[in-house]
Amino acid sequence: MAVEQPLTSPTGDQTRIHDIGYRGYDGPRLGRSYASRSLYSQSLRGAYGLGRSAKSKVLPMLLFTVMCVPAAIMVAVAVATKAHELPVQYTRYAIMMQAVISLYVAAQAPQAVSRDLRFKTVPLYFSRPIETADYVRAKFASLASAIFILTAAPLLVMYVGALLSKLGFAHQTKEFAEGLVSVALLSLLFAGIGLVIAAVTPRRGFGIAAVIAVLVISYGAVSTLQAIANVQNHTSAIPWIGLFSPVTLIDGVQSAFLGATARNPGAVDPSAGQGVVYVLVVLALIAGSYGLLMRRYKKVGL
Amino acid sequence: MYDPTVARLTYRALLGRRRALILGALPLLLIVLSVAVRALTGADDQTASDVLGGFAIATMVPIIGVIAGTGAIGPEIDDGSVVYLLSKPLKRPTIIFTKLIVAIAVTMVFSAVPTLIAGLILNGNGQQIAVAYTVAALVSSIAYSALFLLLGTVSRHAVVFGLVYALVWEALFGSLVPGARTLSVQQWSLAVAHKIAGGDLVTSDVSLTTATVLLVAVTALATWYAGQKLRTLKLAGEE
Repeated sequence: MAVEQPLTSPTGDQTRIHDIGYRGYDGPRLGRSYASRSLYSQSLRGAYGLGRSAKSKVLPMLLFTVMCVPAAIMVAVAVATKAHELPVQYTRYAIMMQAVISLYVAAQAPQAVSRDLRFKTVPLYFSRPIETADYVRAKFASLASAIFILTAAPLLVMYVGALLSKLGFAHQTKEFAEGLVSVALLSLLFAGIGLVIAAVTPRRGFGIAAVIAVLVISYGAVSTLQAIANVQNHTSAIPWIGLFSPVTLIDGVQSAFLGATARNPGAVDPSAGQGVVYVLVVLALIAGSYGLLMRRYKKVGL
Repeated sequence: MYDPTVARLTYRALLGRRRALILGALPLLLIVLSVAVRALTGADDQTASDVLGGFAIATMVPIIGVIAGTGAIGPEIDDGSVVYLLSKPLKRPTIIFTKLIVAIAVTMVFSAVPTLIAGLILNGNGQQIAVAYTVAALVSSIAYSALFLLLGTVSRHAVVFGLVYALVWEALFGSLVPGARTLSVQQWSLAVAHKIAGGDLVTSDVSLTTATVLLVAVTALATWYAGQKLRTLKLAGEE
């Protein structure tokens, strides 16, 4: 600041350089945790288009409906036919609907981070009291919560429907809880993968295509290989192949520990040892994507 | 009808920087997959047909079509730099046509060539399977590029809608509602492949005549409408 210093200052109070009469802020400072909580809640709302234009509400709401309608139909069928069991297990539902979940992640992950990069608003965030870790955690948590809402809502529909049609309370509650654990893992994993890819590109369209390519294509490739291994009677290889796509990873974890039956061709459940490997890989991927995001935001172009 | 400068700019927008990498990753995966399959099973016509039909035609070609088709015009409209292109003394349909040619070329190179290579690896073109699926990839490249280019001019969420069509309509609806298969680029191109491949390894739900008529009609209509759309393009700010 090139401002002339007054040469003489008889009283200490005269040293004011420039006062154009703005009033200083002396209210409460809400601080870092408040800022990151706001970022979290705004991002979560943004993931469903709340507080944004009507056009951007269409897709998330549509996908949310598409996720819930089959669950409602299943409940209706179960009530009408007086079945003793829901037609589909809680743990199986998310795997069945993986295309919809992948589309949601692909559409909303770039929405959460790419726009901040493209319009260069990230430096503005960091001029607030929040730090890199807060930003990453808030975005990660908000996308994971959004996916959790998307995947847990149909399970809730099924659970309530099951209780209304008087299926066994204890049994349903246990399966519902297992389903929730599995979709929580799925949300964290998908959010991590989606955000890491989306944070690389400021172009929204490219982010979407890249996320979908990783989620869907890897699943397609893995299922093809598993089907062929099954036909060729290499059934012991099937669980190992499943380690290479996010959807089959979750499927493996839940069929090893959460009482689901594996959805892979041949329905080969992973053994307990393989299950441990699955869990480790899932946790490593979640931690790794968090680490990569932290690295990505260490330096954001000013 | 074809403007070399527009074509050059579009090529650079599609393949410049790291974008060629993501386009190249998918074909690479297909080839790795087919090498693995060949090593696991040896040459088998049915397996080759399953891999090419299930992975190459059903997933890879549409996704590359979405990336190339919408990528040829979408980002420009999105960031507003399309005004510089539109203010040049070029006919709007010429711009669309040029971009379509580029999108088709890129989709063909990144989908049909790897399909052919994968087919050769899988069973050495036994029963013309590799050639049949390559032709299917070529044919569907044209239709997908035209469709997704149109989507790119119509909506700023073109990529999502393109993927919804490619993954939900063709894959999910097609397997549940038989009628949806008549309206699917994938089935039209398979009808053409059916004609070339020997035996019943490649099947389609649509007859060759219907498929050809629909393919030509969809491509021509989509290109024409995209040209019209670009003539009256309204530039909107970010929502």
